[in-house]
Amino acid sequence: MNTNAPPQDPTCDVLVVGAGVVGCAVARRLALAGARVILAERAEDILEGASKGNSAILHTGFDAPPGSVEQACISEGYREFREIHERLNLPLLEAGALVLAWDNRQAERLEDIVKRAHANGVTDAGQIGADEAAALVPGLGPGLRSAVHVPGESLVDPWSTPLAYLLQARSHGAEFLNRCEVREGHFEGDRWRLSTSRGEFRARWLVNCAGLYGDLLHRRLIGEAPFRIRPRKGQFVVYDKSAGGMTGTILLPVPSETTKGIVVCPTVFGNLLVGPSSEEQDSRDNNEVDTAVLEMLKSVGEGVLPGLNSHGVTAVYAGIRPASESRDYQVHTDRERQYLCLGGIRSTGLSAALGIARLACRTIYGDGHGFPPPEDIRWPRVPQISEAGERDWMRPGNGGIVCHCELVTRREIENALSGPLPACSLAGLKRRTRATMGRCQGFYCSAELSEITAGFLEQPMDAAIRQPAP
Amino acid sequence: MNDRVIRCDVAVVGGGPTGLGAATHLKSLGVGYVAVLEREVAAGGIPRHCGHPPFGMREFRRILTGPDYAARLRAAAEAAGVDIRPHTTVTAIERGPELRVSTPDGLARIMPRRVLLATGVRETPRSARLVSGSRPMGVLTTGALQSMVYLKSRTPFARPVIVGTELVSFSALLTCRHAGIRPMAMVEERSRPTAWRAATLLPRLQGVRMLMDTELARIEGTDRISGVVLRHGSGREERLACDGVVFSGRFTSESALARMGHIEVDPASGGPVTDQFGRCSDPAYFAAGNMVHPADSAGRCWQEGVATAEQIAHSLDGGLPAPDTATTVRPADPLIRYAVPQRLVPDSRLKAEIPVRVRFAGEARGTLLLGDGESGVLSQHTRALPERQVILRVPQRMLCPDMDTLSLGFREG
Repeated sequence: MNTNAPPQDPTCDVLVVGAGVVGCAVARRLALAGARVILAERAEDILEGASKGNSAILHTGFDAPPGSVEQACISEGYREFREIHERLNLPLLEAGALVLAWDNRQAERLEDIVKRAHANGVTDAGQIGADEAAALVPGLGPGLRSAVHVPGESLVDPWSTPLAYLLQARSHGAEFLNRCEVREGHFEGDRWRLSTSRGEFRARWLVNCAGLYGDLLHRRLIGEAPFRIRPRKGQFVVYDKSAGGMTGTILLPVPSETTKGIVVCPTVFGNLLVGPSSEEQDSRDNNEVDTAVLEMLKSVGEGVLPGLNSHGVTAVYAGIRPASESRDYQVHTDRERQYLCLGGIRSTGLSAALGIARLACRTIYGDGHGFPPPEDIRWPRVPQISEAGERDWMRPGNGGIVCHCELVTRREIENALSGPLPACSLAGLKRRTRATMGRCQGFYCSAELSEITAGFLEQPMDAAIRQPAP
Repeated sequence: MNDRVIRCDVAVVGGGPTGLGAATHLKSLGVGYVAVLEREVAAGGIPRHCGHPPFGMREFRRILTGPDYAARLRAAAEAAGVDIRPHTTVTAIERGPELRVSTPDGLARIMPRRVLLATGVRETPRSARLVSGSRPMGVLTTGALQSMVYLKSRTPFARPVIVGTELVSFSALLTCRHAGIRPMAMVEERSRPTAWRAATLLPRLQGVRMLMDTELARIEGTDRISGVVLRHGSGREERLACDGVVFSGRFTSESALARMGHIEVDPASGGPVTDQFGRCSDPAYFAAGNMVHPADSAGRCWQEGVATAEQIAHSLDGGLPAPDTATTVRPADPLIRYAVPQRLVPDSRLKAEIPVRVRFAGEARGTLLLGDGESGVLSQHTRALPERQVILRVPQRMLCPDMDTLSLGFREG
């Protein structure tokens, strides 16, 4: 992986640009359909853009605008995830969600929320009273009026999930190229000729999954984009696992027109998450956190679950959603030039990715395109790092626990540094193993980790940059 | 459930100064099988990571570096017949008592007669401080810095800023000197250093700026830190180029096992609620050392480990007073951060007074007042300083079986 070499064969059927959750899912679906796929990613690792930081909820799409592309993709993606997750060894926590109404104005909107859920095919959603909600989540703050219960809303591992999609794509012949920026491209009658930081490629079809840079890539390849990415930052506060037991249910506010609002929810890793904030910004890569916003998230979280205030904060992070000026996904097809743009996947990419991938496959190959018979599909299994199943520390020969807070073993770390899609950054290692992501944030394991990872990471953990004294 | 089962008299969770001190003393008191469960590759606790003196005055009457001190504690425990089990992580504690552990060879269950929790402390990392800015590499706690420098001979940065002026902050400074790292500044939100003034000679000797009334407002840089923004008391902001940040101190009890198990935890101290014998809400469990009162020196923790060993031995012989007659001490002033032990049990056997450690959240002069509003009040004039502790000696006559709580207040002046 640590090379900048051109691909073995620079000619492919489909070149997918961008290895976020959508790009990984699209590569998987097309590879399963028999296409020769190259997935080109500008960064060192997958998930370095919008897919890096989200709330890890697998939405049913109960509140998506009916008739929208988004709603259709979430619905299809949700269904497929439930069909395939076990075979890929991906956790799914069927937590269910409550939409909480704290005043009359909010309570009046619940009826419409239920109607919309039913219209979207989420027929088990229904309104419940404050006492029923309190029975589900005993620690809820005072003053709840009523709620909508959506039993199907679930939680997933946001990093292993796309990793599994890409592993499966690879086992069906797809090639992943990191540090591969698409600089220029021309459609030459029947195929694209693309110039990248890793050489020239030819591809019949080009699929733009460039997320936060989707409009810019579109402009570079096709011309003025029909949409503009409006980056929207979302900060999150992660509470310690000791708070994980406070709610087994996802707690949602009544949404506004522009945002789903601040969620309080468990994670498959056993923590409790509060976020995201919703901050429009110009920068596509500024994921800084801000003390005042984090304090605000804490106070919102502690309003919903007052007992939270006695629990510690384990981590904070920010993700950037590739929203656009439109409320729906920006799917644009140019059949002449065999180009498909999957843009503006604002905040539901993790839920919708498999559905978006099916949409992409239908667009390129039409309905009824033959897939390999089920017995020929290979199902690589990703390491199980959630609290939902057996972990490596429970098994002999694990080499001992290195990260004590998250119980990450030496064997898990060594495996993540080798294999078909190895981690080549500390962030990538964290996403694959959870090392240092626990309550001590590296107090105990940083040193051990810097030794184990020596020689594997692009940016070693201990390389001091000698700079002149200011 | 075919995990290996290990039975012992006392299982000590955590092989730092508290745990090793307790285990060694338990053996000397004639307790049969004492096991120390240590999750790292070797017992020794934080001193093992801390390559500079002074350690060991109380225990060995000489000045040692942390690793030498830790090695002596280990050797003493082994010589006494303690079974030290490194690479053994306790993953859950249960009634019984029963401990679930993970080892490189798989899972096991430990069924002791008594458990001593001595899991110590950790420093508050950047995330829990909610600091603004980007999240590059090179942001460490002192603990992480020390283990990198002393255990692995690695250098994470060249010109960091150290946040905090607790004792451990000066330990960060010494660690930097050892590794040839030259800190740019030490930053303290308060108007005076938290540790004793004498310690502040050290940065002066190393030529490091000490900035009081200053907070770290932002961290900047993408992959690596490029600088920090400091906010001075006047509100003025200053950008300081640097390539690392050490968040030192603000110790937090490492009490996840207790919290996620069945043991009652004091939200104020963050550690288990104990009585003066170190007994937890489940009387088969004891707790001692920094996890109960973050944070003290290694020597004090060792001493407390030894004292708690005495009580555990009494408990094995059925010699401790029943826990149900306890009176709870409840801090009732925001200046009081916590008071431990939280529960005082009348003990007809010996001492007339029970020492209660009080730690403060800020600086003040005044009087500590302990009482129930009716019967007699204990008062003690004191000077409160953040992170320093004051011992309040509570006479046993203040405890009577029908009194649930004593309120601990503070009157300035």
